[in-house]
Amino acid sequence: MEEGKVFSQSVQQSAAAYAIIHEKFGVAVSAFDANETMPFFEVLDTALWPDIALFMRDHARLKFNYMACLSGVDYQAEEKVGIVCNFESLGLFNHKLAVKVKCARNGGSIPSVAYVWHTANWHEREAYDMFGMLFTGHPELKRILCPDDWEGFPLLKDYKVQESYHGIKVPY
Amino acid sequence: MQELDTSGLGSVRVTRKSDNVVVIEKDLATEQMVLAMGPQHPSTHGVLKLECLTDGEVITEAVPYLGYLHRCFEKCCENVDYPAIVPYTDRLDYLAGMNSEFAYALTVEKLLDIEIPRRVEFIRVIVAELNRIASHLVAIGTYGIDLGAFTPFLFCFRDREIILGLLEWASGARMLYNYIWIGGLAYDVPSDFLKRVSEFVTYFRPKAVELCNLLTKNEIFVKRTRGIGIMPADVAINYGWSGPMLRGSGVKWDLRRNDPYSIYPELDFNVAVPDGKVSVIGDCLSRHLVRALEMEESLKIIEQCISKMPTAEGFNPRSAIPKRIRPKAGEVYGRAENPRGELGFYILSDGKSTKPVRCKGRSSCFVNLSAMKDLSKGQLIPDLVAIIGSIDIVLGEVDR
Repeated sequence: MEEGKVFSQSVQQSAAAYAIIHEKFGVAVSAFDANETMPFFEVLDTALWPDIALFMRDHARLKFNYMACLSGVDYQAEEKVGIVCNFESLGLFNHKLAVKVKCARNGGSIPSVAYVWHTANWHEREAYDMFGMLFTGHPELKRILCPDDWEGFPLLKDYKVQESYHGIKVPY
Repeated sequence: MQELDTSGLGSVRVTRKSDNVVVIEKDLATEQMVLAMGPQHPSTHGVLKLECLTDGEVITEAVPYLGYLHRCFEKCCENVDYPAIVPYTDRLDYLAGMNSEFAYALTVEKLLDIEIPRRVEFIRVIVAELNRIASHLVAIGTYGIDLGAFTPFLFCFRDREIILGLLEWASGARMLYNYIWIGGLAYDVPSDFLKRVSEFVTYFRPKAVELCNLLTKNEIFVKRTRGIGIMPADVAINYGWSGPMLRGSGVKWDLRRNDPYSIYPELDFNVAVPDGKVSVIGDCLSRHLVRALEMEESLKIIEQCISKMPTAEGFNPRSAIPKRIRPKAGEVYGRAENPRGELGFYILSDGKSTKPVRCKGRSSCFVNLSAMKDLSKGQLIPDLVAIIGSIDIVLGEVDR
Protein backbone atom coordinates (compact mmCIF):
# COMPACT_ATOMS: atom_id res chain seq x y z
CA MET A 1 0.00 0.00 0.00
CA GLU A 2 1.24 3.47 -0.87
CA GLU A 3 2.26 5.65 2.04
CA GLY A 4 0.27 8.69 3.02
CA LYS A 5 -2.92 7.70 1.23
CA VAL A 6 -6.10 7.18 3.22
CA PHE A 7 -7.94 3.96 2.53
CA SER A 8 -11.35 2.85 3.65
CA GLN A 9 -11.75 0.25 6.34
CA SER A 10 -12.59 -2.56 3.94
CA VAL A 11 -9.38 -2.00 1.96
CA GLN A 12 -7.38 -2.03 5.21
CA GLN A 13 -8.98 -5.35 6.15
CA SER A 14 -8.09 -6.77 2.74
CA ALA A 15 -4.54 -5.49 3.16
CA ALA A 16 -4.25 -7.20 6.54
CA ALA A 17 -5.43 -10.48 5.02
CA TYR A 18 -2.97 -10.07 2.17
CA ALA A 19 -0.13 -9.48 4.63
CA ILE A 20 -0.69 -12.95 6.14
CA ILE A 21 -0.59 -14.58 2.71
CA HIS A 22 2.46 -12.55 1.68
CA GLU A 23 4.30 -13.52 4.85
CA LYS A 24 3.85 -17.20 4.03
CA PHE A 25 4.35 -17.21 0.26
CA GLY A 26 6.72 -14.26 -0.27
CA VAL A 27 7.66 -13.71 -3.90
CA ALA A 28 5.08 -16.20 -5.22
CA VAL A 29 2.47 -13.46 -4.87
CA SER A 30 2.57 -9.96 -6.32
CA ALA A 31 2.30 -6.73 -4.37
CA PHE A 32 -1.11 -5.77 -3.02
CA ASP A 33 -3.15 -3.55 -5.32
CA ALA A 34 -5.05 -1.31 -2.94
CA ASN A 35 -7.94 0.17 -4.85
CA GLU A 36 -11.32 1.04 -3.41
CA THR A 37 -13.44 -0.95 -5.83
CA MET A 38 -11.75 -4.36 -5.78
CA PRO A 39 -8.47 -4.82 -3.87
CA PHE A 40 -6.53 -7.75 -5.26
CA PHE A 41 -3.19 -9.49 -5.60
CA GLU A 42 -1.86 -11.71 -8.34
CA VAL A 43 -0.42 -15.19 -7.99
CA LEU A 44 2.92 -15.02 -9.83
CA ASP A 45 3.94 -18.65 -9.37
CA THR A 46 0.83 -20.37 -10.72
CA ALA A 47 2.02 -23.80 -9.57
CA LEU A 48 1.54 -22.62 -5.98
CA TRP A 49 -2.07 -21.50 -6.56
CA PRO A 50 -3.70 -24.60 -4.97
CA ASP A 51 -1.44 -24.23 -1.91
CA ILE A 52 -2.34 -20.57 -1.60
CA ALA A 53 -6.01 -21.46 -2.03
CA LEU A 54 -5.91 -24.06 0.74
CA PHE A 55 -3.98 -21.65 2.97
CA MET A 56 -6.58 -18.94 2.34
CA ARG A 57 -9.44 -21.28 3.14
CA ASP A 58 -7.99 -22.91 6.23
CA HIS A 59 -5.78 -20.36 7.99
CA ALA A 60 -7.34 -19.41 11.32
CA ARG A 61 -7.18 -15.68 10.62
CA LEU A 62 -8.22 -15.82 6.96
CA LYS A 63 -11.00 -18.45 6.59
CA PHE A 64 -12.00 -17.47 3.08
CA ASN A 65 -14.72 -20.12 3.01
CA TYR A 66 -16.83 -18.56 0.27
CA MET A 67 -15.84 -18.04 -3.35
CA ALA A 68 -18.29 -15.46 -4.61
CA CYS A 69 -17.22 -15.38 -8.22
CA LEU A 70 -14.61 -16.64 -10.66
CA SER A 71 -14.39 -14.77 -13.95
CA GLY A 72 -12.18 -15.52 -16.91
CA VAL A 73 -10.53 -12.51 -18.53
CA ASP A 74 -8.64 -12.12 -21.80
CA TYR A 75 -5.55 -9.92 -21.37
CA GLN A 76 -4.85 -9.61 -25.07
CA ALA A 77 -2.14 -6.96 -24.76
CA GLU A 78 -0.12 -9.15 -22.37
CA GLU A 79 -0.70 -12.27 -24.53
CA LYS A 80 -2.33 -13.87 -21.50
CA VAL A 81 -5.65 -15.15 -20.26
CA GLY A 82 -6.49 -15.37 -16.61
CA ILE A 83 -9.04 -15.75 -13.87
CA VAL A 84 -10.21 -13.28 -11.25
CA CYS A 85 -11.59 -14.85 -8.08
CA ASN A 86 -13.54 -12.93 -5.44
CA PHE A 87 -13.36 -14.35 -1.95
CA GLU A 88 -14.89 -13.55 1.36
CA SER A 89 -15.22 -15.10 4.76
CA LEU A 90 -18.90 -15.78 5.15
CA GLY A 91 -20.08 -15.25 8.70
CA LEU A 92 -16.60 -15.34 10.27
CA PHE A 93 -14.62 -12.27 9.27
CA ASN A 94 -15.47 -9.12 7.37
CA HIS A 95 -12.57 -9.14 4.93
CA LYS A 96 -12.83 -9.64 1.19
CA LEU A 97 -10.04 -10.24 -1.26
CA ALA A 98 -9.69 -10.82 -4.98
CA VAL A 99 -7.01 -13.02 -6.52
CA LYS A 100 -5.80 -13.06 -10.10
CA VAL A 101 -4.08 -15.97 -11.79
CA LYS A 102 -2.83 -15.66 -15.35
CA CYS A 103 -1.44 -18.08 -17.92
CA ALA A 104 -0.28 -18.09 -21.55
CA ARG A 105 -2.95 -17.25 -24.09
CA ASN A 106 -2.50 -20.33 -26.26
CA GLY A 107 -2.65 -23.66 -24.47
CA GLY A 108 -1.80 -22.21 -21.07
CA SER A 109 -2.94 -23.94 -17.91
CA ILE A 110 -3.85 -23.02 -14.34
CA PRO A 111 -4.11 -25.55 -11.50
CA SER A 112 -7.71 -26.23 -10.55
CA VAL A 113 -9.06 -25.34 -7.12
CA ALA A 114 -12.34 -27.23 -7.60
CA TYR A 115 -11.54 -29.47 -4.62
CA VAL A 116 -10.91 -26.47 -2.37
CA TRP A 117 -14.20 -24.73 -3.18
CA HIS A 118 -16.89 -26.78 -4.93
CA THR A 119 -18.12 -23.55 -6.53
CA ALA A 120 -14.97 -23.41 -8.61
CA ASN A 121 -15.93 -26.60 -10.44
CA TRP A 122 -18.54 -25.09 -12.74
CA HIS A 123 -16.95 -21.64 -12.81
CA GLU A 124 -13.69 -23.15 -14.07
CA ARG A 125 -15.57 -25.15 -16.67
CA GLU A 126 -17.19 -21.93 -17.82
CA ALA A 127 -13.85 -20.10 -17.97
CA TYR A 128 -12.42 -22.96 -20.03
CA ASP A 129 -15.48 -22.93 -22.27
CA MET A 130 -15.14 -19.21 -22.97
CA PHE A 131 -11.37 -18.63 -22.91
CA GLY A 132 -9.70 -22.00 -23.51
CA MET A 133 -7.28 -22.07 -20.58
CA LEU A 134 -6.88 -25.55 -19.12
CA PHE A 135 -7.41 -26.29 -15.45
CA THR A 136 -5.07 -29.09 -14.45
CA GLY A 137 -6.55 -31.49 -11.92
CA HIS A 138 -10.15 -30.50 -12.63
CA PRO A 139 -12.53 -33.48 -12.14
CA GLU A 140 -14.36 -33.05 -15.46
CA LEU A 141 -13.04 -30.30 -17.64
CA LYS A 142 -15.44 -29.97 -20.55
CA ARG A 143 -17.58 -27.27 -22.07
CA ILE A 144 -20.60 -26.23 -20.06
CA LEU A 145 -22.56 -23.53 -21.91
CA CYS A 146 -21.47 -24.13 -25.52
CA PRO A 147 -22.02 -27.49 -27.26
CA ASP A 148 -19.21 -30.01 -26.81
CA ASP A 149 -18.16 -29.80 -30.46
CA TRP A 150 -18.13 -26.00 -30.72
CA GLU A 151 -15.00 -24.52 -32.30
CA GLY A 152 -12.99 -21.74 -30.70
CA PHE A 153 -13.44 -19.87 -27.45
CA PRO A 154 -16.11 -17.19 -27.77
CA LEU A 155 -14.96 -14.57 -25.26
CA LEU A 156 -11.43 -14.23 -26.63
CA LYS A 157 -11.08 -10.76 -28.14
CA ASP A 158 -9.93 -12.13 -31.52
CA TYR A 159 -12.62 -14.81 -31.72
CA LYS A 160 -14.07 -15.51 -35.17
CA VAL A 161 -17.30 -17.43 -35.16
CA GLN A 162 -17.32 -20.63 -37.19
CA GLU A 163 -19.00 -20.59 -40.62
CA SER A 164 -21.38 -23.45 -40.02
CA TYR A 165 -22.35 -25.81 -37.24
CA HIS A 166 -23.83 -29.19 -38.26
CA GLY A 167 -24.92 -27.69 -41.59
CA ILE A 168 -26.53 -24.63 -39.98
CA LYS A 169 -25.13 -21.23 -41.02
CA VAL A 170 -23.85 -19.56 -37.86
CA PRO A 171 -23.23 -15.81 -38.48
CA TYR A 172 -26.56 -14.13 -38.93
CA MET B 1 -36.39 -45.56 2.50
CA GLN B 2 -32.90 -46.10 3.80
CA GLU B 3 -30.32 -48.43 2.36
CA LEU B 4 -28.62 -50.57 4.98
CA ASP B 5 -25.03 -51.65 4.77
CA THR B 6 -24.96 -54.65 2.42
CA SER B 7 -21.20 -54.94 1.90
CA GLY B 8 -20.14 -58.53 2.31
CA LEU B 9 -23.60 -59.91 1.69
CA GLY B 10 -23.03 -60.56 -2.01
CA SER B 11 -26.14 -60.19 -4.12
CA VAL B 12 -28.46 -59.65 -1.20
CA ARG B 13 -30.22 -56.32 -0.90
CA VAL B 14 -31.70 -55.29 2.41
CA THR B 15 -34.19 -52.46 2.44
CA ARG B 16 -35.84 -51.10 5.52
CA LYS B 17 -39.48 -50.28 4.77
CA SER B 18 -40.37 -49.04 8.20
CA ASP B 19 -39.22 -49.56 11.80
CA ASN B 20 -40.30 -53.18 11.99
CA VAL B 21 -40.47 -54.28 8.33
CA VAL B 22 -37.24 -55.14 6.55
CA VAL B 23 -37.30 -56.50 3.00
CA ILE B 24 -34.47 -58.84 2.02
CA GLU B 25 -34.07 -59.52 -1.68
CA LYS B 26 -31.75 -62.38 -2.63
CA ASP B 27 -29.89 -62.98 -5.91
CA LEU B 28 -31.22 -59.77 -7.26
CA ALA B 29 -29.26 -58.62 -10.27
CA THR B 30 -29.61 -54.87 -10.50
CA GLU B 31 -28.93 -53.07 -13.71
CA GLN B 32 -28.26 -49.40 -14.02
CA MET B 33 -30.44 -47.50 -16.42
CA VAL B 34 -29.87 -44.09 -17.95
CA LEU B 35 -32.90 -41.86 -17.72
CA ALA B 36 -32.84 -38.52 -19.49
CA MET B 37 -35.01 -35.91 -17.82
CA GLY B 38 -35.57 -32.81 -19.89
CA PRO B 39 -34.78 -30.49 -21.62
CA GLN B 40 -38.54 -30.48 -22.19
CA HIS B 41 -39.59 -31.96 -18.87
CA PRO B 42 -42.19 -29.68 -17.20
CA SER B 43 -40.65 -29.93 -13.75
CA THR B 44 -37.22 -28.76 -14.84
CA HIS B 45 -38.61 -25.19 -15.04
CA GLY B 46 -37.20 -24.46 -18.47
CA VAL B 47 -34.63 -26.16 -20.60
CA LEU B 48 -32.49 -28.11 -18.19
CA LYS B 49 -31.45 -31.63 -19.01
CA LEU B 50 -30.63 -34.08 -16.27
CA GLU B 51 -29.01 -37.34 -17.21
CA CYS B 52 -29.88 -39.68 -14.38
CA LEU B 53 -28.19 -42.99 -13.75
CA THR B 54 -30.80 -45.00 -11.92
CA ASP B 55 -30.84 -48.25 -10.03
CA GLY B 56 -34.52 -49.08 -9.93
CA GLU B 57 -36.17 -46.01 -8.44
CA VAL B 58 -32.99 -44.80 -6.80
CA ILE B 59 -30.76 -42.25 -8.49
CA THR B 60 -27.09 -43.08 -8.33
CA GLU B 61 -26.00 -40.00 -10.25
CA ALA B 62 -27.76 -37.06 -11.86
CA VAL B 63 -25.65 -34.91 -14.16
CA PRO B 64 -27.09 -31.56 -15.27
CA TYR B 65 -26.50 -30.40 -18.85
CA LEU B 66 -26.90 -26.68 -19.42
CA GLY B 67 -26.58 -24.21 -22.24
CA TYR B 68 -29.85 -24.71 -24.10
CA LEU B 69 -30.73 -21.09 -23.38
CA HIS B 70 -27.25 -19.62 -23.76
CA ARG B 71 -27.62 -16.24 -25.46
CA CYS B 72 -24.04 -14.95 -25.17
CA PHE B 73 -24.90 -12.30 -22.56
CA GLU B 74 -21.24 -11.64 -21.78
CA LYS B 75 -20.22 -11.35 -25.43
CA CYS B 76 -23.11 -8.98 -26.09
CA CYS B 77 -22.01 -6.79 -23.16
CA GLU B 78 -18.59 -6.26 -24.71
CA ASN B 79 -20.23 -4.82 -27.82
CA VAL B 80 -22.71 -2.33 -26.39
CA ASP B 81 -22.43 0.77 -24.19
CA TYR B 82 -22.91 0.52 -20.42
CA PRO B 83 -26.53 1.79 -20.37
CA ALA B 84 -27.48 -0.57 -23.19
CA ILE B 85 -26.63 -3.58 -21.03
CA VAL B 86 -29.55 -2.85 -18.68
CA PRO B 87 -32.17 -4.49 -20.96
CA TYR B 88 -29.93 -7.54 -21.28
CA THR B 89 -29.82 -7.93 -17.50
CA ASP B 90 -33.64 -8.12 -17.50
CA ARG B 91 -33.37 -11.18 -19.64
CA LEU B 92 -31.07 -12.99 -17.22
CA ASP B 93 -33.54 -13.70 -14.48
CA TYR B 94 -36.74 -12.79 -16.28
CA LEU B 95 -38.86 -13.39 -13.18
CA ALA B 96 -36.97 -10.71 -11.24
CA GLY B 97 -35.95 -8.13 -13.83
CA MET B 98 -35.96 -5.22 -11.39
CA ASN B 99 -33.54 -6.98 -9.05
CA SER B 100 -31.15 -7.81 -11.87
CA GLU B 101 -31.15 -4.20 -13.10
CA PHE B 102 -30.60 -3.03 -9.55
CA ALA B 103 -27.55 -5.24 -9.13
CA TYR B 104 -26.06 -4.10 -12.44
CA ALA B 105 -26.73 -0.39 -11.78
CA LEU B 106 -25.13 -0.67 -8.32
CA THR B 107 -22.02 -2.28 -9.80
CA VAL B 108 -21.44 0.36 -12.47
CA GLU B 109 -22.17 3.17 -10.00
CA LYS B 110 -19.30 1.92 -7.85
CA LEU B 111 -16.93 2.84 -10.68
CA LEU B 112 -18.61 6.16 -11.41
CA ASP B 113 -18.52 8.32 -8.23
CA ILE B 114 -21.99 9.79 -8.58
CA GLU B 115 -24.51 10.58 -5.90
CA ILE B 116 -27.91 9.01 -6.37
CA PRO B 117 -30.96 11.11 -5.35
CA ARG B 118 -32.61 9.72 -2.24
CA ARG B 119 -36.01 9.32 -3.83
CA VAL B 120 -34.46 7.18 -6.56
CA GLU B 121 -33.08 4.81 -3.92
CA PHE B 122 -36.50 4.43 -2.30
CA ILE B 123 -38.27 3.76 -5.59
CA ARG B 124 -35.60 1.24 -6.53
CA VAL B 125 -36.06 -0.65 -3.27
CA ILE B 126 -39.86 -0.61 -3.57
CA VAL B 127 -39.91 -2.00 -7.12
CA ALA B 128 -37.19 -4.53 -6.29
CA GLU B 129 -39.08 -5.81 -3.26
CA LEU B 130 -42.34 -5.96 -5.23
CA ASN B 131 -40.52 -7.98 -7.84
CA ARG B 132 -39.08 -10.24 -5.14
CA ILE B 133 -42.61 -11.06 -3.96
CA ALA B 134 -43.71 -11.72 -7.56
CA SER B 135 -40.73 -14.00 -8.09
CA HIS B 136 -41.32 -15.93 -4.86
CA LEU B 137 -44.98 -16.33 -5.84
CA VAL B 138 -43.92 -18.05 -9.05
CA ALA B 139 -41.41 -20.18 -7.15
CA ILE B 140 -43.98 -21.28 -4.57
CA GLY B 141 -46.78 -21.78 -7.09
CA THR B 142 -44.78 -23.88 -9.51
CA TYR B 143 -43.26 -25.83 -6.64
CA GLY B 144 -46.78 -26.78 -5.56
CA ILE B 145 -47.57 -27.89 -9.11
CA ASP B 146 -44.42 -30.02 -9.24
CA LEU B 147 -45.65 -31.87 -6.19
CA GLY B 148 -49.27 -32.15 -7.28
CA ALA B 149 -50.90 -29.18 -5.54
CA PHE B 150 -52.69 -27.15 -8.19
CA THR B 151 -54.62 -24.57 -6.16
CA PRO B 152 -51.69 -22.55 -4.74
CA PHE B 153 -50.45 -22.02 -8.27
CA LEU B 154 -53.65 -20.23 -9.26
CA PHE B 155 -53.64 -18.18 -6.06
CA CYS B 156 -50.02 -17.18 -6.66
CA PHE B 157 -50.59 -16.10 -10.22
CA ARG B 158 -53.69 -14.14 -9.25
CA ASP B 159 -51.67 -12.06 -6.78
CA ARG B 160 -48.59 -11.86 -8.97
CA GLU B 161 -50.75 -10.32 -11.68
CA ILE B 162 -51.44 -7.33 -9.40
CA ILE B 163 -47.70 -6.77 -8.89
CA LEU B 164 -47.01 -7.07 -12.60
CA GLY B 165 -49.77 -4.55 -13.20
CA LEU B 166 -48.16 -2.11 -10.76
CA LEU B 167 -44.72 -2.53 -12.29
CA GLU B 168 -46.16 -2.14 -15.77
CA TRP B 169 -47.77 1.08 -14.66
CA ALA B 170 -44.42 2.40 -13.48
CA SER B 171 -42.19 1.14 -16.29
CA GLY B 172 -44.39 0.29 -19.27
CA ALA B 173 -43.46 -3.40 -19.38
CA ARG B 174 -44.70 -6.47 -17.56
CA MET B 175 -41.52 -8.44 -17.16
CA LEU B 176 -38.60 -6.87 -19.03
CA TYR B 177 -38.67 -3.43 -17.49
CA ASN B 178 -35.54 -1.42 -18.42
CA TYR B 179 -36.56 0.82 -15.51
CA ILE B 180 -33.57 1.10 -13.18
CA TRP B 181 -30.87 2.92 -15.10
CA ILE B 182 -27.28 3.61 -14.14
CA GLY B 183 -27.48 6.67 -11.91
CA GLY B 184 -31.24 6.93 -11.81
CA LEU B 185 -34.52 5.69 -13.12
CA ALA B 186 -36.26 5.80 -16.48
CA TYR B 187 -39.27 7.62 -15.01
CA ASP B 188 -40.63 8.75 -11.69
CA VAL B 189 -43.48 6.58 -10.40
CA PRO B 190 -47.03 7.67 -11.37
CA SER B 191 -48.71 10.00 -8.87
CA ASP B 192 -51.06 7.43 -7.33
CA PHE B 193 -48.52 4.59 -7.40
CA LEU B 194 -47.62 4.62 -3.71
CA LYS B 195 -51.27 4.61 -2.70
CA ARG B 196 -51.93 1.56 -4.85
CA VAL B 197 -48.82 -0.17 -3.52
CA SER B 198 -49.93 0.34 0.08
CA GLU B 199 -53.37 -0.98 -0.88
CA PHE B 200 -51.66 -4.03 -2.28
CA VAL B 201 -49.64 -4.49 0.91
CA THR B 202 -52.83 -4.44 2.99
CA TYR B 203 -54.52 -6.84 0.58
CA PHE B 204 -51.62 -9.25 0.29
CA ARG B 205 -50.62 -9.59 3.94
CA PRO B 206 -53.40 -12.07 4.90
CA LYS B 207 -53.08 -13.77 1.50
CA ALA B 208 -49.42 -14.52 2.17
CA VAL B 209 -50.33 -16.27 5.41
CA GLU B 210 -53.12 -18.18 3.70
CA LEU B 211 -50.79 -19.25 0.93
CA CYS B 212 -48.14 -20.37 3.38
CA ASN B 213 -50.71 -22.43 5.30
CA LEU B 214 -52.09 -23.98 2.13
CA LEU B 215 -48.81 -25.72 1.50
CA THR B 216 -47.00 -26.07 4.82
CA LYS B 217 -50.10 -27.48 6.52
CA ASN B 218 -50.78 -29.83 3.64
CA GLU B 219 -49.66 -33.28 4.73
CA ILE B 220 -48.89 -34.53 1.22
CA PHE B 221 -46.73 -31.51 0.50
CA VAL B 222 -44.87 -31.85 3.79
CA LYS B 223 -44.29 -35.57 3.25
CA ARG B 224 -42.88 -34.89 -0.20
CA THR B 225 -40.45 -32.20 1.00
CA ARG B 226 -39.56 -32.79 4.66
CA GLY B 227 -36.14 -34.37 5.08
CA ILE B 228 -35.56 -34.50 1.31
CA GLY B 229 -32.38 -33.11 -0.23
CA ILE B 230 -30.69 -32.05 2.99
CA MET B 231 -27.72 -29.74 2.59
CA PRO B 232 -25.51 -29.05 5.64
CA ALA B 233 -24.54 -25.42 6.14
CA ASP B 234 -20.77 -25.80 5.69
CA VAL B 235 -21.17 -27.72 2.42
CA ALA B 236 -23.68 -25.13 1.21
CA ILE B 237 -21.14 -22.36 1.84
CA ASN B 238 -18.42 -24.34 0.10
CA TYR B 239 -20.73 -24.72 -2.88
CA GLY B 240 -21.20 -20.96 -2.92
CA TRP B 241 -24.91 -21.14 -2.23
CA SER B 242 -26.68 -17.89 -1.51
CA GLY B 243 -30.12 -16.47 -0.96
CA PRO B 244 -33.02 -18.65 0.22
CA MET B 245 -30.98 -21.78 -0.51
CA LEU B 246 -28.27 -20.83 1.97
CA ARG B 247 -30.74 -19.52 4.54
CA GLY B 248 -32.67 -22.79 4.18
CA SER B 249 -29.54 -24.48 5.51
CA GLY B 250 -29.74 -22.29 8.60
CA VAL B 251 -27.09 -19.70 7.70
CA LYS B 252 -28.33 -16.23 8.55
CA TRP B 253 -26.78 -14.49 5.57
CA ASP B 254 -28.50 -11.84 3.54
CA LEU B 255 -26.59 -9.31 1.46
CA ARG B 256 -29.18 -6.67 2.30
CA ARG B 257 -28.05 -7.04 5.90
CA ASN B 258 -24.49 -8.41 5.74
CA ASP B 259 -23.13 -6.37 2.85
CA PRO B 260 -25.66 -3.56 2.84
CA TYR B 261 -26.27 -1.42 -0.20
CA SER B 262 -28.66 1.38 -1.14
CA ILE B 263 -30.94 2.33 1.78
CA TYR B 264 -31.27 -1.13 3.32
CA PRO B 265 -29.27 -0.18 6.47
CA GLU B 266 -32.06 2.28 7.38
CA LEU B 267 -34.78 -0.33 7.11
CA ASP B 268 -35.93 -2.76 9.73
CA PHE B 269 -36.54 -6.32 8.60
CA ASN B 270 -35.68 -9.84 9.67
CA VAL B 271 -33.51 -12.30 7.82
CA ALA B 272 -35.78 -15.32 7.54
CA VAL B 273 -34.25 -18.64 8.52
CA PRO B 274 -36.14 -21.83 9.35
CA ASP B 275 -36.40 -22.66 13.05
CA GLY B 276 -36.42 -26.42 12.56
CA LYS B 277 -39.84 -26.93 14.14
CA VAL B 278 -41.71 -27.84 10.97
CA SER B 279 -38.82 -28.76 8.73
CA VAL B 280 -35.43 -30.39 9.01
CA ILE B 281 -32.82 -27.63 8.64
CA GLY B 282 -31.43 -27.70 5.11
CA ASP B 283 -34.17 -29.73 3.43
CA CYS B 284 -36.55 -28.80 0.61
CA LEU B 285 -39.26 -27.71 3.03
CA SER B 286 -36.87 -25.27 4.77
CA ARG B 287 -36.04 -23.62 1.47
CA HIS B 288 -39.73 -23.33 0.68
CA LEU B 289 -40.42 -21.86 4.12
CA VAL B 290 -37.71 -19.23 3.73
CA ARG B 291 -39.37 -18.01 0.54
CA ALA B 292 -42.78 -17.95 2.17
CA LEU B 293 -41.47 -15.99 5.18
CA GLU B 294 -39.47 -13.59 3.03
CA MET B 295 -42.58 -12.28 1.32
CA GLU B 296 -43.76 -10.92 4.67
CA GLU B 297 -40.36 -9.23 5.22
CA SER B 298 -40.58 -7.64 1.77
CA LEU B 299 -44.00 -6.25 2.65
CA LYS B 300 -42.47 -4.72 5.79
CA ILE B 301 -39.70 -3.11 3.74
CA ILE B 302 -42.17 -1.67 1.23
CA GLU B 303 -44.32 -0.17 4.00
CA GLN B 304 -41.32 1.54 5.60
CA CYS B 305 -40.15 2.87 2.24
CA ILE B 306 -43.55 4.39 1.51
CA SER B 307 -43.62 6.22 4.85
CA LYS B 308 -40.00 7.43 4.70
CA MET B 309 -39.87 8.41 1.05
CA PRO B 310 -39.08 12.04 0.11
CA THR B 311 -41.74 13.88 -1.92
CA ALA B 312 -41.66 14.21 -5.67
CA GLU B 313 -41.23 17.97 -5.51
CA GLY B 314 -38.52 19.10 -7.92
CA PHE B 315 -37.53 15.52 -8.49
CA ASN B 316 -35.96 14.44 -11.74
CA PRO B 317 -35.26 10.70 -11.89
CA ARG B 318 -32.58 11.27 -14.54
CA SER B 319 -30.76 14.15 -12.84
CA ALA B 320 -27.75 12.09 -11.74
CA ILE B 321 -27.37 10.10 -14.94
CA PRO B 322 -24.11 11.15 -16.63
CA LYS B 323 -24.38 12.33 -20.25
CA ARG B 324 -21.75 9.87 -21.30
CA ILE B 325 -21.10 6.86 -19.11
CA ARG B 326 -17.38 6.20 -19.19
CA PRO B 327 -16.22 4.69 -15.89
CA LYS B 328 -12.69 5.19 -14.63
CA ALA B 329 -10.18 2.47 -15.38
CA GLY B 330 -10.43 -0.35 -12.92
CA GLU B 331 -12.43 -3.35 -12.02
CA VAL B 332 -15.24 -4.01 -9.65
CA TYR B 333 -17.31 -6.87 -8.33
CA GLY B 334 -20.73 -5.68 -7.29
CA ARG B 335 -23.67 -7.70 -6.12
CA ALA B 336 -27.14 -7.58 -4.71
CA GLU B 337 -29.54 -9.93 -3.00
CA ASN B 338 -31.86 -11.31 -5.66
CA PRO B 339 -34.85 -13.56 -5.00
CA ARG B 340 -32.65 -16.50 -5.99
CA GLY B 341 -29.49 -15.42 -4.21
CA GLU B 342 -26.44 -13.35 -4.91
CA LEU B 343 -26.42 -11.85 -8.38
CA GLY B 344 -23.00 -10.36 -9.01
CA PHE B 345 -21.35 -8.56 -11.87
CA TYR B 346 -17.63 -8.41 -12.46
CA ILE B 347 -16.85 -5.44 -14.68
CA LEU B 348 -13.46 -4.55 -16.11
CA SER B 349 -13.16 -1.05 -17.54
CA ASP B 350 -10.18 0.38 -19.40
CA GLY B 351 -11.17 4.00 -18.68
CA LYS B 352 -11.22 4.97 -22.36
CA SER B 353 -14.11 3.09 -23.87
CA THR B 354 -17.84 3.45 -23.25
CA LYS B 355 -18.10 -0.33 -23.44
CA PRO B 356 -16.88 -2.73 -20.75
CA VAL B 357 -13.81 -4.79 -21.57
CA ARG B 358 -15.34 -7.65 -19.63
CA CYS B 359 -18.68 -8.05 -17.93
CA LYS B 360 -19.31 -11.31 -16.18
CA GLY B 361 -22.64 -12.17 -14.66
CA ARG B 362 -22.32 -14.30 -11.54
CA SER B 363 -25.61 -16.09 -11.57
CA SER B 364 -27.09 -17.34 -8.34
CA CYS B 365 -29.01 -20.24 -9.91
CA PHE B 366 -25.93 -21.38 -11.84
CA VAL B 367 -24.02 -21.73 -8.60
CA ASN B 368 -26.94 -23.20 -6.66
CA LEU B 369 -27.57 -25.77 -9.37
CA SER B 370 -23.95 -26.93 -9.34
CA ALA B 371 -24.68 -28.86 -6.15
CA MET B 372 -27.23 -31.02 -8.01
CA LYS B 373 -24.89 -33.98 -8.26
CA ASP B 374 -24.41 -34.19 -4.51
CA LEU B 375 -28.01 -33.37 -3.65
CA SER B 376 -29.53 -36.05 -5.85
CA LYS B 377 -27.30 -38.98 -4.98
CA GLY B 378 -29.32 -41.81 -3.46
CA GLN B 379 -32.67 -40.04 -3.79
CA LEU B 380 -35.80 -41.43 -5.42
CA ILE B 381 -36.85 -40.16 -8.85
CA PRO B 382 -39.96 -38.33 -7.54
CA ASP B 383 -37.78 -36.71 -4.88
CA LEU B 384 -35.51 -35.41 -7.61
CA VAL B 385 -38.45 -33.34 -8.84
CA ALA B 386 -38.89 -31.95 -5.33
CA ILE B 387 -35.20 -31.06 -5.16
CA ILE B 388 -35.08 -29.26 -8.52
CA GLY B 389 -38.21 -27.33 -7.60
CA SER B 390 -36.69 -26.26 -4.29
CA ILE B 391 -33.58 -24.87 -6.01
CA ASP B 392 -35.95 -22.56 -7.92
CA ILE B 393 -33.89 -22.22 -11.07
CA VAL B 394 -34.52 -19.78 -13.86
CA LEU B 395 -32.69 -21.09 -16.88
CA GLY B 396 -32.37 -17.63 -18.35
CA GLU B 397 -29.95 -16.84 -15.55
CA VAL B 398 -28.25 -20.23 -15.43
CA ASP B 399 -27.35 -20.19 -19.13
CA ARG B 400 -27.14 -16.42 -19.62
